Amino acid sequence: MALSGISAHAATVVAARDTIIDAKAVDYLIVLIYFAVVLGIGMVARRQVSDSVDFFLSGRSLPAWVTGLAFISANLGAVEIMGMSATGAEIGLPTVHYFWVGAIPAMLFLGVVMMPFYYGSKVRSVPEFMYRRFGTGAHLVNALSFAVAQLLIAGINLYLLGSIVHALLGWPLWVALIVAAVIVLSYITFGGLSAAIYNEVLQFFVIVAALLPLTLIGLHRVGGWQGVQDGITGAASANPDTVVPADQQLNPWPGNALSGLDNDVMSVIGIVFGLGFVLSFGYWTTNFVEVQRAMASNSISSARKTPIIGSFPKMFVPFITILPGMIAAVLVTEIADLKASGGTAEIPGGSGGNVSYNDSLLLLMRDVLPNGLLGLAIAGLLAAFMAGMAANVSAFNTVFSYDLWERYVVKDRPDGYYLTIGRLATVGATVVAIFTAALASNFSNIMDYLQTLFGFFNAPLFATFIVGMFWRRMTATAGWVGLVSGTVGAIIVAILCEGTLGSLSIGVIPIDGQGAAFLAAGAAFVVDVVVSIVVTLFTRPKPASELVGLVYSETPKESLTDPDEAGYPFYRRTIPLALIALVLVIILNILI
Amino acid sequence: MSNPSGTPRRTAGLADIRNIIGGLLAVYGVILTAMGLFGDQELDKTGGVNANLWAGLALLVVAAAFILWAVLRPTVVPPTSGD
Repeated sequence: MALSGISAHAATVVAARDTIIDAKAVDYLIVLIYFAVVLGIGMVARRQVSDSVDFFLSGRSLPAWVTGLAFISANLGAVEIMGMSATGAEIGLPTVHYFWVGAIPAMLFLGVVMMPFYYGSKVRSVPEFMYRRFGTGAHLVNALSFAVAQLLIAGINLYLLGSIVHALLGWPLWVALIVAAVIVLSYITFGGLSAAIYNEVLQFFVIVAALLPLTLIGLHRVGGWQGVQDGITGAASANPDTVVPADQQLNPWPGNALSGLDNDVMSVIGIVFGLGFVLSFGYWTTNFVEVQRAMASNSISSARKTPIIGSFPKMFVPFITILPGMIAAVLVTEIADLKASGGTAEIPGGSGGNVSYNDSLLLLMRDVLPNGLLGLAIAGLLAAFMAGMAANVSAFNTVFSYDLWERYVVKDRPDGYYLTIGRLATVGATVVAIFTAALASNFSNIMDYLQTLFGFFNAPLFATFIVGMFWRRMTATAGWVGLVSGTVGAIIVAILCEGTLGSLSIGVIPIDGQGAAFLAAGAAFVVDVVVSIVVTLFTRPKPASELVGLVYSETPKESLTDPDEAGYPFYRRTIPLALIALVLVIILNILI
Repeated sequence: MSNPSGTPRRTAGLADIRNIIGGLLAVYGVILTAMGLFGDQELDKTGGVNANLWAGLALLVVAAAFILWAVLRPTVVPPTSGD
């Protein structure tokens, strides 16, 4: 999951006297070139924006490989890169479950099963689908919680971005925050979603160009995979009390350190159902940040292929995020010491005062990259963090303009009016994000718990969507009541567990960490389904005529697929591509 | 799928994302290759490999592939399918 790996207190910024990394003129040049290109894309894209569909949905004109890469990049932000390398440094290979169990299956499901409804019904956002299927109640719950969550997450992305700039280049945090925010703001306000998506695609290549050399040189320095294994085994046997045992770090299953469950069988069940099913399906199939990328594509075939094409690079992201984290835990003195102490040692020299696991990549960059490649790596990280924030902001402005402003506040104005509102919303969101970022730097624990809470909205959303798409009888009342009770169910479970919501949690159920999140999400899913069914039996369903395009049994099969697709070669067809991805990810799961 | 009311649009040259990617990676490739040839190789950090040079050359190859792709299969921006 995108949100779980990192904590906002990653970098409680203390005034650093020296920068972590010694950047030279050539490194600054590489970073500057990147920013120039990013702004240039915004300008070019601006010329092509003529109406609100252009601005919010890129005129539905992009090819599948572009939206597929953007789909991955929108998620490849600060939280993912720093979080996954940090988790890799701490617990090793089980971290791959966030990708091969916790992302790929859900992405394939989104493309094969759910995308035809999203794209085919011509809705402009995920909440709008909710509106058409269930009416006002479910729509308001979805649109509001999504909009607020995006502002929060944009702020956290911005904060991480600012603290990295501060650590790398020595700029004061507030200057870094404002400069980064202005750059993101200018390219989205000018170019809308096209600029955001083009930059995401560009960012993907820059981040690979940055992290791949880092990984390869790191591997070379440490003596290959054998060196990583030897280093981890040695460190684990030297500190048996504080470090996760080496065989658990070097084997993905049963992943006790990831799930927080001691029992092997429970741990596997928790990862497969909690992470692989409820949490990841909830995140990937209902998150408008992701789905918006697919909606921007040029046909229903491209929309369906967007997450499926995205799943191929996604499979290999662990090799350039988790693996360098593991290498850093062997090669970088500070991270190795931190790990030996069980994460408690206070070692100066991190991006936010003391070294934390989140500094793994930065410190590895410092140790193995020569100037030049170092600049490229800095550019890659900045690119990823900006794109993460841009993705949040561009999804926010769509939901704000279409789903909140146009639906409930000022209706029936000409299109140009909503385009202006969209641009204003972008400015507003950026300003709010700066304040959220400042808040994150002062109240880091609260931000962590809020992220956990927002995670709880996803699991019941998925339940409501999937039941609503396949059971035509499900009623509008069941829609919002199911959502609310599912979310409440998750919160109750989180309170009953240990520490999930800090001091609010009372520890009746003896599970903490990720295991508790799996359990809460699972409870939310079950409660949502049961309540939806019960409420449906006592309320009046919508007439079938209003469900065309929204519910499987009421929708003509032709409108769910692309008539042209049958004539394409197999590698351009949705189902064969999805099968190839599925086989590949199963092979990866077995081999590693 | 065609749009009767819209004017046909073509993107060309620089606006094609493949050319932008290719161009940026090419500039980075040139800089890194030059660093590898003329700059401090910092072999103690990289474990004896001229990392800038190899990364620079690899970037140039990838950049060339993108630009070649854009030249061989130029994009005519598909007509918008929406209203």
